[in-house]
Amino acid sequence: MPSVTDPALAPASASALTAPAAPGAGPPAPSRTSSVAQRSWVPAVARGGLLGSLLRSPKAVVGLALLAVFAILALLAPVLAPGDPSTIGDLASEAPSASHWLGTTAKGQDVLALTLWGARSSLAVGFVVGTAATLIGVVVGLAGAYFGSVVDDVLSLVTNVFLLLPGLPLLVVLAAFLPPGAATVVLVLVVTGWAGSARVLRAQALSIRGKDFVAAAIVSGERAWRIMFREILPNMASVVMGTFLACVIFGIGAQAGLEFLGLGDSSVVSWGTNLYWASNDGALMSGAWWAFVPSGLSIALVAFALALVNYGVDEVTNPRLRGRRRRKASRATSRPVATPQAAVTEVTR
Amino acid sequence: MRFVLRRLGFYAIAFWVSITLNFMLPRLMPGDPVSRMLTQSGARLEPDQVEQLRRLFGLDERPVVEQYLSYVASIFRGEMGVSISRFPTPVSEVISSQIGWTMLLGLTALVVAAVIGTVLGALAAWRRGGFLDSALPPVLVFVGSFPYFWLAMGALYLFGVTLGWFPLRHAFDVGVVPEWSAPFAANVATHLVLPALTIVLVSVGGWMLGMRNAMIATASEDYITMAEAKGLRRGRIMVRYAARNALLPSVTSFGMSLGFIVGGALLTEVVFAYPGVGYQLLASVQALDFPLMQGIFLTITAAVLIANFLVDLVYVRLDPRVRVS
Repeated sequence: MPSVTDPALAPASASALTAPAAPGAGPPAPSRTSSVAQRSWVPAVARGGLLGSLLRSPKAVVGLALLAVFAILALLAPVLAPGDPSTIGDLASEAPSASHWLGTTAKGQDVLALTLWGARSSLAVGFVVGTAATLIGVVVGLAGAYFGSVVDDVLSLVTNVFLLLPGLPLLVVLAAFLPPGAATVVLVLVVTGWAGSARVLRAQALSIRGKDFVAAAIVSGERAWRIMFREILPNMASVVMGTFLACVIFGIGAQAGLEFLGLGDSSVVSWGTNLYWASNDGALMSGAWWAFVPSGLSIALVAFALALVNYGVDEVTNPRLRGRRRRKASRATSRPVATPQAAVTEVTR
Repeated sequence: MRFVLRRLGFYAIAFWVSITLNFMLPRLMPGDPVSRMLTQSGARLEPDQVEQLRRLFGLDERPVVEQYLSYVASIFRGEMGVSISRFPTPVSEVISSQIGWTMLLGLTALVVAAVIGTVLGALAAWRRGGFLDSALPPVLVFVGSFPYFWLAMGALYLFGVTLGWFPLRHAFDVGVVPEWSAPFAANVATHLVLPALTIVLVSVGGWMLGMRNAMIATASEDYITMAEAKGLRRGRIMVRYAARNALLPSVTSFGMSLGFIVGGALLTEVVFAYPGVGYQLLASVQALDFPLMQGIFLTITAAVLIANFLVDLVYVRLDPRVRVS
């Protein structure tokens, strides 16, 4: 292997391995499944990179902590609220009390249990949709940016068409025609959600595609998929993470919206179906706010936490958004650079 | 000119995709949806309707290609079939009676949110670390994290049910005849406040952050330093030099949102029972009125495409760089 490529690849490994350390935000699998490991792939110091800086951002820490709380509550739902949460009890529309901390619904179900169990479905769908949409976006964006010409034209066209089709109406129409069920919900959300991430990732991949180390990799005869997933992809790990978080937010919100409209899987307990039933049973009109607030607040808190982490990632990777205005910084940052680490190694190269 | 033609071609393809999607979806439904619908709707359908439905679901005997061609042809003639839930009103008539309300609601909310958000964003970026910059964005992001419909229902409960300040549903009072008069306009306006307000509340944060970030980028450009060196007043630099150039991304997203107005307020319309296109779309889904559903979806798509094309045209005028490349 020519020595030219080695220093050029150092920034790649630095940012590639920081992303997976963040909870739940695994990197797209292809970069890790490859068995061809020729160089030392994990510089121990570099590992602290993105996550280390992320932990210094108060916004990101609050976000990660909130996410962890919800994940734990969702996992512990069978312990904290044993039994079927949708069991119909005899105490209907009870206000919060010692026996029912969050009150009961019009059907006499315990709202706390419904909220805890709802977290499981909502979080799972959100993360599955986020992962799938990001994966498609990564593959489409990378392939378009790497191969260029006709491949890029076709992929960009498809992406832009999907971006342009109005999301929620398409969601409603698709959900109306397809058989109801959890798989349909996920499928519909992925179909309507992947295009945005593909566009962002393509733009980023395109700017990395023009760098010298990619040219060096092509000259040294590396295969296309290897250059795409092990040379280019690791350099845009922060952008991938940003789009992943955005996709998860989209997934959770859109699932709730779909289920609130009664188009989701109404047999599953999720935050969306909780709100659907609360609204159907006229909880608000009768003043039973406790049937309504917990699920909505949970969705908002999770989305807020994800947005905070995203904000943190943005600040860490885009120095211009950090702190006060710094004039002189503009020249260095106006170049498309994936991470600060990449920028540093690039300058020293 | 080349640019405009290329965009036009792109929108033509996008429209073709949505027509094709519309054609294929009913045919992908398993089993015999028509007879299932007949049993569900209690066999109150006229023979005409049944025939129309069979054709819609591809159950007539013609080959698929022929069905497809005649479907596309009928779209371009503006024939979208006859609504089933409102038989025998044509689909196009149902839509045109409601699209005005959707546009009124969407346009009001969009303009208010975009103006307020952009001004706040520009001010926040100009005074980095000030109150607007540090306190407001997190609050707005938090408000923006709530599901649209949840906030809407909260507002409906608080201002409609508990306080009784605003009406609970519909675009005007029951029994009032729509007419061009001041009392009717006032009636419509009071019905508009709550739905529009909830949309503004959740969308203003996005406008503000977008403008803030664009403004921060422009604020470090050399021509700003130049303007300061010339001794121009701060206010003038902010508005004429920084904000003017930072506005371009916001203009783009304004144009794109313009297209999404027609379909974007679906949830809001449902919560407030606002008689717009989105509300009708959900109603047609619940009534299994597939022709109406498809018609609305096509109308929404067409609106998005037309709005985007208009934005492209405006963009050529606003940004000289587009004309060159």
